[in-house]
Amino acid sequence: MDSIVIIDYGMGNLHSAAKAVARAVENADVIISSNPDEIKKADRVVFPGVGAMRDCMSGLQKSELDDVIKQVAKEKPFLAICVGMQALMDHSEENNGVDCLGLFSGDVRYFGDSMTGDAGEQLKVPHMGWNQVAQTKPHPLWAGIPDESRFYFVHSYYVDAKDENVIAGATDYGVKFAASIARDNIFAVQFHPEKSHRAGLTLLANFARWNGENQC
Amino acid sequence: MGLAKRIIPCLDVDNGRVVKGVQFVDIRDAGDPVEIARRYDQEGADEITFLDITASSDDRETIIHVVEAVASQVFIPLTVGGGIRKVEDIRRMLNAGADKVGINTAAIFNPDFVKEAAESFGSQCIVVAIDAKKVSKEGELNRWEIFTHGGRKTTGIDAIEWAIKMAAYGAGEILLTSMDRDGTKVGFDLELTRAISEAVNVPVIASGGVGNLQHLVDGVTKGKADAVLAASIFHFGEHTIGEAKQVMQDAGIEVRLP
Repeated sequence: MDSIVIIDYGMGNLHSAAKAVARAVENADVIISSNPDEIKKADRVVFPGVGAMRDCMSGLQKSELDDVIKQVAKEKPFLAICVGMQALMDHSEENNGVDCLGLFSGDVRYFGDSMTGDAGEQLKVPHMGWNQVAQTKPHPLWAGIPDESRFYFVHSYYVDAKDENVIAGATDYGVKFAASIARDNIFAVQFHPEKSHRAGLTLLANFARWNGENQC
Repeated sequence: MGLAKRIIPCLDVDNGRVVKGVQFVDIRDAGDPVEIARRYDQEGADEITFLDITASSDDRETIIHVVEAVASQVFIPLTVGGGIRKVEDIRRMLNAGADKVGINTAAIFNPDFVKEAAESFGSQCIVVAIDAKKVSKEGELNRWEIFTHGGRKTTGIDAIEWAIKMAAYGAGEILLTSMDRDGTKVGFDLELTRAISEAVNVPVIASGGVGNLQHLVDGVTKGKADAVLAASIFHFGEHTIGEAKQVMQDAGIEVRLP
C-alpha cells in the first residue's frame, strides 16, 4: 500500500483526518508530518486546514512548507481540505486580506452578515452542517458517491474560482460556491470528508486509490 | 434544497457512563458511551455531543478516553462540554478527537476566555453553552437570565444580550438550554429559542425539554433553531434518530437521510 502523508503545519487537530483515512483505507500507511523530506517522499499528500487564513499561511511559511506544497501539488495525488483548499487560491479576504499559494486563480470571500435563503429565512454564518454537493464534473474521487450527497461543512469563507472549468462540485448557501475544485493531480474540497460519514469515507478511499489522472 | 437542520443526541457522561437525570436529580444509567455513540452514528445522527458531568476533577481523564475511543470509530462531528476552563483543556479535547468544545461557566467568569479560545483554535470549534431560565413574571415582557450550578444560581445576565456578546467574542455556535424545561419532556422553550436564534447570526442548537418527536419539529419551525439536541428520548429506546428525521422531513424540514 502507498504511503499517505498528512501535512502538519501547526494548525491543530489532524487526528480526525488521520483516523478517517486509516479507517477508509485498509492497511493504509498514514503519517502526520511536518518534515519536507517525508512529505516529498510520500506517494500521496493530504493538506488539511482549520482556523484562520493568516495563521495558516504564516504556519506554512514558518515551517517552510509553502514551497514544498507547491512542488508536491504538481507531482502526486494531492487532496486539500477546507482551509487547505482556500489556501490554494490567489488571495483571501479573511484577516483584512492574505495572499495565498496561488495554485488556482480566484479569491476566497466572506459569505456576508445578512444573507437570506429562498424563503427569506436568515442564513447563519458560519455555514455549519450537512449540505448537498452537486458533482459538476465527473471525477474518480466521486466514484460510488451519489450526486447531491450531503457532506459536513463548517466555514465562513468560500472559494470563488476564476476558471469555472476547475469546479468539480457546487453547493448553494445564499450564493452558489465551489465545494470542490480539481485540476490534474489536485483535488480540493471545502467540506470535511473526515467528518462526513459514509460519503466522506468513500471519497477518502477513492483518493487512496487514485492515480492522479483527472478522468473517470 | 440546501443546508439540513441537524439532530444531535447528547450523552451526559459521569465517570465514563452515560446517565440522564430529570432536572439534574434521579440519575438513570443509560450505558456505555462508545456503544451508544456508535448506535447513533449508524442511525444517522448529524453530530454527537458529550457533556462531562463528572464531579471530581480527578476523574476527568475518563472523558478523554471516551472521546478517543469514539473518534476512532465515528466519523461525524463530536462536541465535548463540561469542565472546559483553560486553553489547555481545549487542546486536550481536540487532540483526543473532539471537533468542538462547549464552554459554559468559564465564559461567565471570564468572557475573554472565549476570545482567546476562538483566536487560538478558530470559531468553528468554539460552542458557547448557555443555561437560561425565565425570570419575568406572568404578563410581563419575556426576560431570561443566565444561570449556573445546574440552574440553581442566577448571574443576573440577560440571556439575549449574553448570546450576542458571545457571538461577537468568537463563538461559532450557541448551545441554548432552557433550565426550566431540561428533563421535563414538555418541549423546548420556543420563545427563548426563537429570541436567541433571531438575535445572533451564528447557528443555535435548541436544548432542554424534548419529550416527543413533534417537539423537535417545533424547535425548528417555531423556535427557528438550526439544530436540535435531545438525550433521553433516544437513550432509552423510545425513538431512533431515523424516526426523528422522518417526522421532521414529513413536516417539511430539510434533513440528512443517510
